[in-house]
Amino acid sequence: MTAYIIRRILYAIPISLGVSMVCFALVYIAPGDPLQTILPEDASAETIEMVKKAYGFDKPLPVQYFVWLGKVMTGDFGLSIATGRSVADEVLKALLNTMLLAGGAVIVAFTLAFALGATAGYFAGSLIDRIVTGIAVIGVSVPNYWLGIVLVIIFSVELNVLPATGMGARGSVEFNIFRWDDFKFVIMPIITLSMIPIGIIARTTRSAVAEVLNLDFVETLRAKGLRESAVFLHVVRNAMPQVLAVMGLQFGYLMGGSILVETIFTWPGTGFLLNKAILTRDLPVLQGTILILAMIFVATNLVVDLLQTAVDPRLKRG
Amino acid sequence: MKLHLNNTLGAAMLAIGALTTASSAGAESVLRVAMTAGDIPVTIGQPDQGFEGYRFVGYNLYDGLVLWDLSQGDTAADIKPGLATSWEIDATDSKRWIVDLRQGVKWHDGCDFTAEDVAWNFDRISNEDAPQFNVKQFAAIRNRTGIIDSVEVLDTHRVAFNTTQVDALFPYQLSYWFMVSRCRLEELGNDYEAYAMAPSGTGPYMFDTLVPQERLELVKNPDYWDPDRVPAHDRLVLLPMPEATTRAAALLSGQVDFIEAPSPDTIPRLESAGMQIVTAPYPHNWSYQLNFVDGNFASKEVRQAANFAINREDVKALLGGYMLEGYTNIPPSTPYHGTPDIKYEYNPERAAELLEAAGCVPCEITLAISTSGSGQMQPLPMNELVKSQLDAVGFETNLEVMDWNALLDVARPGRENSPEIDGINISRALQDPFSALIRHVYSAQHGPKGSNWGHYTNPEVDALIEEIYAEFDPDVQLEKLTELHEMMVEEAVMLWIAHDVNPRALAPNVTGFVQAQSWFQDLTPIVVE
Repeated sequence: MTAYIIRRILYAIPISLGVSMVCFALVYIAPGDPLQTILPEDASAETIEMVKKAYGFDKPLPVQYFVWLGKVMTGDFGLSIATGRSVADEVLKALLNTMLLAGGAVIVAFTLAFALGATAGYFAGSLIDRIVTGIAVIGVSVPNYWLGIVLVIIFSVELNVLPATGMGARGSVEFNIFRWDDFKFVIMPIITLSMIPIGIIARTTRSAVAEVLNLDFVETLRAKGLRESAVFLHVVRNAMPQVLAVMGLQFGYLMGGSILVETIFTWPGTGFLLNKAILTRDLPVLQGTILILAMIFVATNLVVDLLQTAVDPRLKRG
Repeated sequence: MKLHLNNTLGAAMLAIGALTTASSAGAESVLRVAMTAGDIPVTIGQPDQGFEGYRFVGYNLYDGLVLWDLSQGDTAADIKPGLATSWEIDATDSKRWIVDLRQGVKWHDGCDFTAEDVAWNFDRISNEDAPQFNVKQFAAIRNRTGIIDSVEVLDTHRVAFNTTQVDALFPYQLSYWFMVSRCRLEELGNDYEAYAMAPSGTGPYMFDTLVPQERLELVKNPDYWDPDRVPAHDRLVLLPMPEATTRAAALLSGQVDFIEAPSPDTIPRLESAGMQIVTAPYPHNWSYQLNFVDGNFASKEVRQAANFAINREDVKALLGGYMLEGYTNIPPSTPYHGTPDIKYEYNPERAAELLEAAGCVPCEITLAISTSGSGQMQPLPMNELVKSQLDAVGFETNLEVMDWNALLDVARPGRENSPEIDGINISRALQDPFSALIRHVYSAQHGPKGSNWGHYTNPEVDALIEEIYAEFDPDVQLEKLTELHEMMVEEAVMLWIAHDVNPRALAPNVTGFVQAQSWFQDLTPIVVE
């Protein structure tokens, strides 16, 4: 097992390098000049050249990449072009804020979706199954930005029971999720963010459970006289690798933050940060954020692989 | 203030809004503003985020030597004394301005404002070897201060600006340049990252707290040098909220008191909830800058045909009435608007005749447009409508859609980099005579050097501009500026569509705001009840 873990971690290194190269190149392929945000619209050619030099944009692209990579290896993600603040600080703060939402959405979505999906799978073809499938279809079909706006209209504008926007009355610095006045700010974003994972995970769990339920070993278990609840546990355990793989992906997506949801709720997370960085072509922030999110994705996949192996030793490679 | 108490929703929101305010800020009077910006504008002097940064951070934390008179909304705002009490051209040298500085002004950190501070601030944005030099600040203001050759300290409250060329409009350029405190920056070891979290100016508000991406809180400067502009509220909270629906919802739910740019379709809902909608024309135009060299707009007849093809009433209906018809480069309330001989009222027959006369049928044109962006209003539906109107008279319009940053990338280098583009749809700030007129038609401003993207060249216009630069008599200067604008209209140097009226929505408990005809606004008289 230890050798397997080491091998999987070593695999992650070339993946990370590839990711860094792709994310560096991608932000340059997009049209638009990163210096637009700090230069007035009628800046002279002389001014533009001086600023390019100051930010190192006058060097060839491969040189810029290796300079950037060298700094990143030491934890220096550079400074935001737009704000002059440290990219590492900006991303870290945004990531913590997003994790708060993502954590809430994971708890809501994973528990609800797993319970619904497993029940639907166990009672495949029944009324319960049809209701759960309907909920799952709604979850994956309803655009979450639309749902967010509808929730705001109902609960903020019409009923005035939940705040429409922001992260606490005094901002994220003084935010305390255990205080009701602050907790109110996360309710709608978490519900909005949970809808798609609920749909996807419920559908996956349902099909995995229904599939396992038809396997011969289930009949054997029943023939041996196991209680139905025990049979159910065996079925669920055998369905878990497939469900875990999907949960891992959804966890990664949630940690990445949602540009639309965070923009609608003005939630200062990675999605909001990325949105701003894309619009202003703030390359250091874009590269830093994408790289860190990609690393989280790589790490999540690694953890999921290991978890799958723990749940089902047959998956252990080599 | 009149409360519509029969509107239960409005009343409930007001009550909850008031409670929220009371609970979050105690007995303080707090004005909470939702900006369209995606982040807090930088606080180190020259702000980013376009003129919204100037409006909310620049002119609140800082002062320029010259300021804008934003006290009324009946006529276009003009400049007035700021940290300078007066300025005049040296009688013996028309490239030397003598500026008297205001006495008794203190920085927020308690130091005195003196002539040395002005010279130090000039080094901050021009001298690479100075410890206070900042390349971003240099870039942000260079187009306004590039003409300054040197600053001389004449005495403790008097300076001289030596310029590289004669420019009678120079005081306007000084209005965009903010003075920051030498004391504070030096105390922080010239570290701008630290200074951003503890800035010091001379403005009507003082810095209190900043949470990046989330909020900037400023507090009243009770000792502000202009007693008429000491804020009528205790605290100003600025919140970035780029999504228009979110801003409207935040106002309706009582989370903010003042929002920028509600979308036209939300305005009826806001009004029904008792919100106040304020509008005023201001120096903005939604138009197309044209390519005068490579394509069909090189012909004056084609340019005039395009202007006659536009039914601006339809565009206004599309925006729910929230625009002024754009027949000229500047709104009619601008002092140098004049009375152009030609008015481009909707006349499709005349447009078709002009195209016929120019031999341009069908007349193919490509317009570069953006999906969103600063001052771009509702770019996609507006451009679709313009295209349909142009095509109806004989144009064949191709819209090349890109995002805002990519469009700026087309605009900055000038037409030489994109000869296939016949027009660019970029809204422009027309705050002063240079920005409003000169930069669009002066041959010395051909892109990439300046904003004359399409390389308009006209020796007659150039000669008139040079006369304006050399004219120090304000009345004669005004006559010449008016003549220039009238020539620009006759020449159809742009395809003009609309002037924005910049709607803002205010909660029912907000009073005292007067919307100036300007990109900048004075928040100090606002009372939050």
